[in-house]
Amino acid sequence: MTSHDTEEEVHLVPYRTYVNVWLVLIVLTGVTVAASVANLKQMAIFTALLVATAKSTLVLLYFMHLRYENKLFAYMFIAVIATFAIFLGLTFADYSFRGV
Amino acid sequence: MSTAHDAAAPAESHDHEAVPYDATGSRIGMWIFLFTEVLFFGGLFIAYAVYLTEYGRGFQLGSAELDIAMGGLNTVILLTSSLTMALSIAALQRGDIPLSQKLLNATLLFAFAFLVVKSFEWGAKFEHHIYPGSAYLLDKTMGEVVFFGLYFSMTGLHALHVILGIFVIIWAKRRIAAGAVTPERNVFLDNVGLYWHLVDLVWIFLFPLFYLLS
Repeated sequence: MTSHDTEEEVHLVPYRTYVNVWLVLIVLTGVTVAASVANLKQMAIFTALLVATAKSTLVLLYFMHLRYENKLFAYMFIAVIATFAIFLGLTFADYSFRGV
Repeated sequence: MSTAHDAAAPAESHDHEAVPYDATGSRIGMWIFLFTEVLFFGGLFIAYAVYLTEYGRGFQLGSAELDIAMGGLNTVILLTSSLTMALSIAALQRGDIPLSQKLLNATLLFAFAFLVVKSFEWGAKFEHHIYPGSAYLLDKTMGEVVFFGLYFSMTGLHALHVILGIFVIIWAKRRIAAGAVTPERNVFLDNVGLYWHLVDLVWIFLFPLFYLLS
């Protein structure tokens, strides 16, 4: 059987890599819960969001293959996050000057 | 598949070589759909952010009512389901179809487990008369009313995505069993995986924002 014309470099990620990423994700979940239970006050939400961002980055890069994918995918994703950030920023810009 | 309507689709055949296959194109399409999902949930996250600045104290009181153990358990369940999904795709790529199917079964099991935990959580809230519009809840501060409104709508929409995920995973299993998705042509499972990981991503943010505020 000849290879397909659209055949691409399928990057075979070792099973171990996925298991390791999962372990890190579980540990990070433990860290946020511990930080919250230990009542680190105002830092709690900030830390929690920081950890959540780290966890999502791992999921995106490894489970969702952005790391091995054509760069186009990562650029598209960044564009979406930028859109979201603008949306968030403009909402707060509006909300802060409502003078409620 | 085989619509014997007329000969309008001559390329329509079970011979896979005849069906155009463009894995990268398919994945781009899936990602574009995922982007609409990100912005869809994004709108709700922005509503959450605005109300958090308005009702910080009420949100803390509301969050204190939620069970961190249940939420944490569900986080672990979903993360693990993401692992089994990623491994299933890896197994299919290596040509190990039985292993791939087993890992999809595990993913389904975790998806159901997530919904069971979620239903216990919601059930407990209903027993305490906490549900949108309940007299008990309306007696509380505005912050708590808004907090629980967002809690039920956002986790509810997320749970709907989990339910939909169950259906698409079953669909993928059937297509693999039927030989329509193969180790060489696996983009369908890839895309199901991408969807499933997105559901996990949303939960990664929902968990701290609702359970860990107090």
